[in-house]
Order: sequence, then structure tokens, then C-alpha cells
Amino acid sequence: MYHDTKKYFCTLMSCTEVWWSEMEHIRMPKVENVRLVDRSSSRRTQVGTLYLTATHTIFVGKGSEDRSELWVLHSLVCDVLKHKASQNGYPLIIHCKNFQVIQFIIPQESDWHNVYISLSRLSRPEKYEELYCFSFNPNVDKAEREHSWDFLDLKAEYSRMGLPNKLWHVTAINREYRVCDTYPADLFVPKSVTLPVIIGSSKFRSRGRFPTLSYYCKENHATICRSSQPLSGFSARCLEDEQMLQAIMKSNPGSRFMYVVDTRPKLNAMANRAAGKGYENEDNYCNIKFQFIGIENIHVMRNSQQKLIEVSALRSPSMGEFLMGLENSDWLRHIKSIMEAGIFISKAVAEEGVSVLVHCSDGWDRTAQVCSVASVLLDPYYRTLKGLMVLIEKDWVSFGHKFSHRCGHLDGEAKEVSPVIDQFLECVWQLMEQFPCYFEYNEKFLISIHNHVYSCHYGNFICNSQKERKDLCIKEKTHSIWPHLWENKLDFMNPLFKPDQSQNQGLLRPRTAPYCFKYWRRLYNRFDRELHPRQSELDCLMTVKEETQQLEEALALYEQKLAVLDKERAKTLYMQKGVLESKQALWSSPLDTSLANTPQDYIGGFIGGAPNVFTLQQGERESAELCLFGDKPKSSDADNSDQESGVADFSSHSSGEESLPSEDSVKDPDSDETGPNRA
Amino acid sequence: MEFAELIKTPRVDGVVLHRPFMPTVEGTLCLTGHHLILSSRQDNTEELWLLHANIDSIEKRFVGSLGTIIVKCKDLRVIQLDIPGMEECLNIASSIEALSTLDSVSLMYPFFYRPLFEVIEDGWQLFVPEEAFKDLESMVLFYPWNETTLFGLPKEDEEDNIALWSAESAFTVDEAVMMRAAQPLTGTNGRRCKEDEKLINATLCAGKRGYIIDTRTIAVAQQAKTRGGGFEQEANYPQWRRIHKAIERSNVLQDSLIKLVEACNDQSHSMDRWLSKLEASNWQSKVKEILTTACLAAQCIDREGASVLVHGTEGTDSTLQVTSLAQIILDPACRTIRGFEVLIEREWLQAGHPFQQRCAQSAYSNGKPRSEAPVFLLFLDCVWQILRQFPCSFQFNENLLIMFFEHAYASQFGTFLGNCVAERVKLQLSQKTVSLWSWVNRPQELERFLNPLYEPNNLVIWPSVAPQSLLLWEGVFLRWNRSTKCLDEACQEMVHIIEYNKELQNKVNSLRRQLAQLETEDSPLQTP
Repeated sequence: MYHDTKKYFCTLMSCTEVWWSEMEHIRMPKVENVRLVDRSSSRRTQVGTLYLTATHTIFVGKGSEDRSELWVLHSLVCDVLKHKASQNGYPLIIHCKNFQVIQFIIPQESDWHNVYISLSRLSRPEKYEELYCFSFNPNVDKAEREHSWDFLDLKAEYSRMGLPNKLWHVTAINREYRVCDTYPADLFVPKSVTLPVIIGSSKFRSRGRFPTLSYYCKENHATICRSSQPLSGFSARCLEDEQMLQAIMKSNPGSRFMYVVDTRPKLNAMANRAAGKGYENEDNYCNIKFQFIGIENIHVMRNSQQKLIEVSALRSPSMGEFLMGLENSDWLRHIKSIMEAGIFISKAVAEEGVSVLVHCSDGWDRTAQVCSVASVLLDPYYRTLKGLMVLIEKDWVSFGHKFSHRCGHLDGEAKEVSPVIDQFLECVWQLMEQFPCYFEYNEKFLISIHNHVYSCHYGNFICNSQKERKDLCIKEKTHSIWPHLWENKLDFMNPLFKPDQSQNQGLLRPRTAPYCFKYWRRLYNRFDRELHPRQSELDCLMTVKEETQQLEEALALYEQKLAVLDKERAKTLYMQKGVLESKQALWSSPLDTSLANTPQDYIGGFIGGAPNVFTLQQGERESAELCLFGDKPKSSDADNSDQESGVADFSSHSSGEESLPSEDSVKDPDSDETGPNRA
Repeated sequence: MEFAELIKTPRVDGVVLHRPFMPTVEGTLCLTGHHLILSSRQDNTEELWLLHANIDSIEKRFVGSLGTIIVKCKDLRVIQLDIPGMEECLNIASSIEALSTLDSVSLMYPFFYRPLFEVIEDGWQLFVPEEAFKDLESMVLFYPWNETTLFGLPKEDEEDNIALWSAESAFTVDEAVMMRAAQPLTGTNGRRCKEDEKLINATLCAGKRGYIIDTRTIAVAQQAKTRGGGFEQEANYPQWRRIHKAIERSNVLQDSLIKLVEACNDQSHSMDRWLSKLEASNWQSKVKEILTTACLAAQCIDREGASVLVHGTEGTDSTLQVTSLAQIILDPACRTIRGFEVLIEREWLQAGHPFQQRCAQSAYSNGKPRSEAPVFLLFLDCVWQILRQFPCSFQFNENLLIMFFEHAYASQFGTFLGNCVAERVKLQLSQKTVSLWSWVNRPQELERFLNPLYEPNNLVIWPSVAPQSLLLWEGVFLRWNRSTKCLDEACQEMVHIIEYNKELQNKVNSLRRQLAQLETEDSPLQTP
């Protein structure tokens, strides 16, 4: 494994100029005798060497045989903190955007400071070119890279919906991004709308984001359209905009009105009027029903998630602390409000057959969330692997969700950062919990997407709009995530998915009672292995299903052979014996025996081994005074096996890799729950 | 007393039944001595049969002459009956009230119930204590025990209430035992009891250590001294170390359950309200506390090879939660259906958990609680938590746990009647009632309780007790507030996946055998 690291350095050295420019920021390429602290138990620490490279922070454990490694991508680092020094050394805490928290203890103060300065700079790139996707170079040729970008085709997606048709067509008006530079080049509008109407309407909408089609329902011609807020102020009108909405309404021949959904709280929308923005006046537009939905803005959401992350990262919290924290974060309330908005729209489209225009302020955050949640509810296609990819590509990437700003890819406005797409992915997860058989993918898929939205490993989620990506030549310089996820689809399949089910075809009607919304432990405590079920139903079923497939093949083979044998029994026959020994307990293998066999600190670690200072402080006073068997010479088995399992974990992701470590992460960077250290 | 006296109106027509997530049913309401029955005139709709004993409380409302009775059940279900006619409604309500609060045990349904199935294996003969403790025979010989001390369980009687459980050799822990007891009666002046010290110390070999896990906080245990109770002074029990854990007393539990169920039934749809009510109910905290203590006890035995003595005050509530959960963690046998039944029989019924008192009322009781407390339900919840974390290590599924919950509170079987073995003997339950085990263990019934993912796992299973890992047991607390269609579908699909796999495996195996046979028949020809 150390071999890999060395090779990696060599490759990088010979690689790019980025390397050299990044090298300037690395004050300290290597620190020895660093300790990596396991967050769940401070007793489990690893000693090793810390390397800073242009793209990763790498920790290599100092084991004799099984060296463990931890790789953290700089672009995933959210912030780096120095903690108060203790006699053990100088602690450095790294918070990652995928909710991993890493604690190093560095022996020397000067090294500590240098690593801190270097990492702080490396994790805050100033230019796009510094991002990992520009230096990430898996072993594929140019043709293959280009091909990777053709994996998803939005044109095909619109034609799957049944577009263009006699009422809707693609307008070429934004081909050069002149009307709206945050919109995609190809946009669907009603055929009846003329160019002056589009231009007029775009001038009356924030950032020129005029109403355009997001989803079309073949069965009843109802559509979901999206836009930004109108510049109505207190009394302004725009005839073209009114005609635009009228045309959208009329493109749904079965309906006599349409909904206009403003996803903001009414107060926020009213406040916008003072700035010359605002919302549609029902009196000025023919046959619209206007509706506020009340999803909070990006700042509220950012703070809410921050609180949630703090709660999820609490060290052995009490049940009260956890539940109070969850409540105070308000996170689930926001998820509920987004879900309810999606439900409103999906019902309007599927049950009433009425078209809906959705907007918020700029139409790239809440609007994206709500349109895509509604689409998942409406259309079973989006509940398949490919469908969810397409949906994200369409509603988020192409319509200009500002990934760079919202995910903080570059050093910049902290106020622009917001977990907007996290909330969408979480809504899908909440739906999966309620409808376990209706989704082709499992939660690993969502978590994997989440990871890559932030990792800057692939080019898909770089920049804030299609135009920016084109200007930066993202397709020429980086790789696309989607084929990579598709190749690993076996990991992402939901074994309970029933595709050929009649109920499955229709609208999902989720329940929205508060208790239907749950804390997403797999995402927020993704790296706290000990918090997750020790056996996974999903893995068991997947194993059984895989075995079933092999059995089916074996069965066919045997039947064939038998038929042949019956015919010409005396002939020589090559027997393939033992293709499939019927294995017992095949699906019990996912049990992580080392973990299952490892008790936690149930009383603050005083049994066997040194007392755990942290837990003792946390109010186990009675136990402290009874500190049992501190004198006991034999450190308990618990300790040993803990460390073993820790090591096994570290090494799991790069065992026996001969290629570049970065390629390792191409194969399976994050879908592997048991080896989550590679970031 | 005749039931007829209590039934003023035995039958009303035109009653409408409302149940959440089910279509309303109109039909005839009948009251019998033990059941409330509603049957519609259509043949195809199912009838409602509700045991009076299952009714926790009722509410009456009137709109004109239409009366409405809201029936709240101990299994947490709430149903609504619209009854035309004020007098009928009042009569029905007062009859239900009277019939659901019968004082005399011998009037309970189990004494009247005659099984419609053939009892193949009599549950009353299934678990005799000697059998349950058979692994311990050699050890029991050491102790001056006889049948009466095992059975008699008088309350607050120092150390009489001891039972032993051995760690099986599979855990490679030699001679570690888990015991339970009531608190010692040291009182304020620090009384000692030589026999008790001798008994406790005798369980440990020379040089061995043991832990006494007191389920009360040190403060509560100190207070107990003023009432003649207390805890072991370490000086008098030199080989033992005492640990105090804070499992609250059972009277607080009832309040917690009431609050939790109220939170689950809250119609306000407000997230803040739900989470704060959930938190305020404290139920999940209790789950965490009990699991933590059970894990600690298991850890002492498994990791330290030490013996453990668990006690609270009386040794019939929190003590049993801890000892029985520790066994589920340690002993794979307890994770089978039969083993779990044995566990309930030994650690709950024979250990003298006062089921009748504790389960007299459930979450909808209006009156001041006397000795009601969902101690057993909380235990089942903890088992469910472990089951969720180790979905492949249990032979049973959550249906079995829910079934035990239902039957502990209202049942046609006699198993959970009475408060201790002595009472049960006096009531002659084994002669006069049918045992729950006689019913559960029939193959037809067992099927419903089997976990398709079960694969015996001989390891000790250590659950996570972090708040993030502990979930609300929806199967009980939200059971009547949700449609289970999608979840049922998922369960069916799971069963289907596994059955199909097994079927294929059999097919492949038999084909392979056929081929092998053909091959051996052919082989002489091939290798001349």
C-alpha cells in the first residue's frame, strides 16, 4: 500500500502544472508520528505518517503488515480547526462536506501549524482549475471520456415524456445563452408563444428566467413549468408574461385554469415587492390560481443543517439531547415543507390534470427541489437509477442550480452555500422509507450522488450554469460521474424493487404526518460505523438475489446437460462439477463479525483499559467513583478486537491495488459502506 | 355474578364503526360477557370482535340522538362507534365500562375460553423450571435451594428471589453466572445478613470477581434505606463491585407511555410539536437506559468473565428487563422462538413479574395509576431495537413481539394472568385455562412469526445504544396510525426472494445429483 502512495506521488510529480502551483501551498509535505483518533472511542488511535499532496491528505498507518490508509480529498474538506493542545500533542480537526470528521494529533507545534495553514489553503481553491476533476485522470482514452458525457441525453428524456408534440416545441432563442445565461440552450415552450413574447416575459422575470417546461405528463397533457419571480413590484404588469402564462395554460387543453406556486413564505415574497420583484397578481393573469408554499430560504436551510450536523456529531449524547437537537435544528420541518410542496404539485398534475408554474426568487433552488420532488412522485421512471440521474441532470444541472456556490467548491461567499440538493436527496430517501418496493435504487445511490456533488471528482457538478461549464470546457477537461455510477449499479440496486407492479406506475401518495419523517442516519453518521445496524437486510437480500441469479444460470446449464446426456448417454461429456456448491449461510456473510463482536462503551470505557476521560466527564459520576478493575492487568478482549476491526476497516479500500490510488476511487469511492475512509 | 346483569342492552342495530385506514362498517352491535361484536349484514365484511379486557377507556359524545362511543384499547387502537339512540348508547357505554373493569380474575375470559384448535402440545407442561435451569444442575447443587425458594418469590424478601443463569460454555467464559435478586434489607443502620453474604460470595470461586448492578441511582438506593431497603456494602461483599445505573422506577414508566401515545396520536401535524412531545415522553431515553444496562451486564460476563448480580428494589421489574436482555445479547438460543418463550417463561413469569398489576391499564387509562407500568412492553421494545440492528440473527420477527404485547394486556389465554407463580397455582390456571404457548407453537401460527432472513448466529451481539441508532417502534406505537400496505408488500417480497432462492437451490441440487448419477453410470464407459 505504501508502494501505491509512492507511485501516486511519482505520477503526480510528472503530471501537471497544477501540481506545482498547489505545491506552493504545501508547507509540510510529510509529518511523522501523527495519531489518527477514532471519534467513537479515543482509545482507538492509529500512529502513522501524514502526507499532504496536491489533491489529498493521506494518512498511512504504521502497522507492520497491514498498513492502513486514509485518503481525504481536499475538495471535500469543509473546514480545518485547531483544537487546544494537550500533553498528547496538537489536535487538528477536519470536517468534511460528506460529514466525515477526522481528528489528527500532531506531535510538534510547528508541524501542526504548517499542516493547518497548508490544509486551510488547499481546501479553499480559488480557481476552477485547482479542482480535483481537472487533474483526475483515470485510465481512459479521449473517445471514452467524450462518450462518458453522452451517457445521458436530455433530448431523449424529453422525447420519453412525449415532446416535442403539437403543443410544445424547443425554442432556439437561448442557443447562445443571450436571453438567459443561467438557463440551458434548449428550452421547451408552448408552440403558440412567439419570440417577442418570450423575450418580453424574460425581461419581466428575475435573471431573465422566463417560464419554461420542466415536466410533461403524457397521459393528460398537464405540465410542470418553472421560472423565477416576476418583477411585478407593487403594480407592474407585463403583457408578454401574461400571454406566456395564458399560453402554458392553453397548452393543456383539458384544463380551465393553472396553478402558480410560489414556494416562498408569503412574507418573503411580499418583502421582495419593495425591491421591484414579487409575485403574480391573480387579477392580472387570466385563470390562474396563486398559491404560497412557504419553504424557507437558503440561509435558513444552511443554519438548519449546521445545527443538524452538530447534533449528529455529538459525542455519546443522551436521548434527550439528541431529540432536542433534532427539534431545534428544524431540519425535518423543512424537509416536510419541501415534500408537501412536491405533493401539492404532483396531485395537481396527476389528479386534477392542471398545469403548474413553480417559482421562488431566482428559480434555481426551491424551484429545483419542488419540481424534482414532484417528478419523483409522479413518474416511476425517476424512481429508477437512470431516471434519477436524468432528473438531476435536467432539473438541477441544466437549469442552473448554482452547484459551485451552493456546495462551496471555490473559496468565496460563505453566504451562498446551502444544502439545497441535500434536501432533495433526503426527500427521495424519506420516500424510499415509505415505499420500500417502489424504488430501483437504494440509499447508497443517494449517498454516493451526495458525495460526488461535493467531491469535485467529476465535472458534472462544477460551475453554476450550463454556459459556465461550456466556457470552461468541462466536457473536454473532466469526466462524467454518471457512467461511473452506472457501472457500479449492482451496489445501488434495491432488492425489493418491483418494477412490474401496477400500483407502481402511478402517483406516490406519501404520508406527511410528522412521525413519517426520520433522521437520515446513513448520511449524517455515515462514517460512524458503530451506529449502524450490524447486519444489513439490504445486503443480505442482494446476496440472495445474486445467488439466485447464479442458480438460475446453473439450472439452465444443468437442464441443458441433462437433455444432452439423455440423448447420448454414452458420449463423453465434460462435467463442470461444483459450479455452485449449495452454500449454507450465504447471506449471513454481510455480518461484520468484528463489529458484532465488539461491545461499545456502555459505561464510559472503564471496563478494561484506561478510563475514558470524555465519557466520565459526561455525568457518569456514580460509575467514576466505582472505577472498576482499573488495576486489572489484562486489557480486555474488547479493546484488542476493536483495534483489529479498525485496522481492517482502514485497509479495506485499497487492498491489493496495483494501479493508481485515484483509480481505486474511481472504482468504488464511496459506495462501499465498510470502507468509508476514502473520501 | 352474572354477566347478564351488566349487559343492559345486548344488541343495537344500525351501528356504524369507524376505524382509521379502513372503510366504515355498518352493522349490529352485540355485547357478550367478554366481547364487543360488530357484524355487518353483508356476509363478506369481517366482523369486529373486541375483548372487553382489551378496552382501556371509553368516551361518549352526543349529537342530537346520535351517540358516539370512542373505544380506546390497550393495544393502542382507537375505534369509534356511532350508535343511534341516546339510551342505547348510554347503556352500551356503561356496560362496556363495567365489563372491561371486572375485578375478579376468575371472571376473565381465559376461564371461559375453549380453544377451537386441538391442543397438541400443552403449553402448561412445556417449561418446567428444572428444565429451564438444566444447564445449571451442577451449580444448583451447591446452593441450599429447593422448590419453594424457586417458586415462592415473596416480595421484599431478602435474596429469596434469586435465580441463576449460566453463561454457556460457548462464550468461553467459565463459571460466570448472572443472578437476580431484590435489594438487601440493610436499612439505615446497615443491617447485615451473614447468610446473604455467604450466599452471594459463594457464587464466586476464589480469586474471581463479580459485579452487582443496581438498577437504581446511588441516590435512590440511599433513599431506599429509610424504608428498610438499601444496597450491599462493599466491605461485606469483598469480591463484588457495585455499579449503579439509572433505570427509573416503574411508576414513572406509565406516565411515559401515556405521553408517548398521546404524541403519536397528535393530529396537529406540526413537526416541532411531535419531536418535543416525543422527547418529553422520555420513552426513548428509557429504552436507551435499559439497553445500556443490559449491555453492561452482558459485557461483564462476556468480556470480564465475571459474575453479575442484578437487582433494583424488588427484583421484579427493571431487574428482569436487564437480565433478560443480557441473555438475548449473549445467548443465541434466546433468539429462537422457543428460546424466547423459555426466556419469557423463566425471566418474567416464573421470576414473578406482576403481569396482572402492571398490565391492568395501558396508555389510555384515565384513572390514577396504581401499579400499572409498561415494564414488559419496554422490554419488548428493547428486543425490537436489537432485532432491528441484527435483522438476520433472530428466528422471529416483530410480529411475535407485538403478539406478546397484546396478550400481556388482554388475552384468551391464561399465561399472563396472576402476578406470580404462587398466584397462578392458586388460580389453577393450568387446569382451567389454555396456555398461550399451546397456541403459538402450532405450526400454522408459528409461520406468521418467522423471520425469513434468519441465519443462526452464535456470536454475542452488541447493539448500538446511541440515540441515532434507536428508533421509535412504529409497529406498536404507530400501528393504527398508518397503512401497512407498502410495508407488507416489502415483507412479502422479502419472503418471496428467499423462498424462490431456496426452491432454485433444491432444484439445482436435485439436478446435480441426477447428473452425478448419470455420470457415474457413464463413467465405466468413458474410462476403459
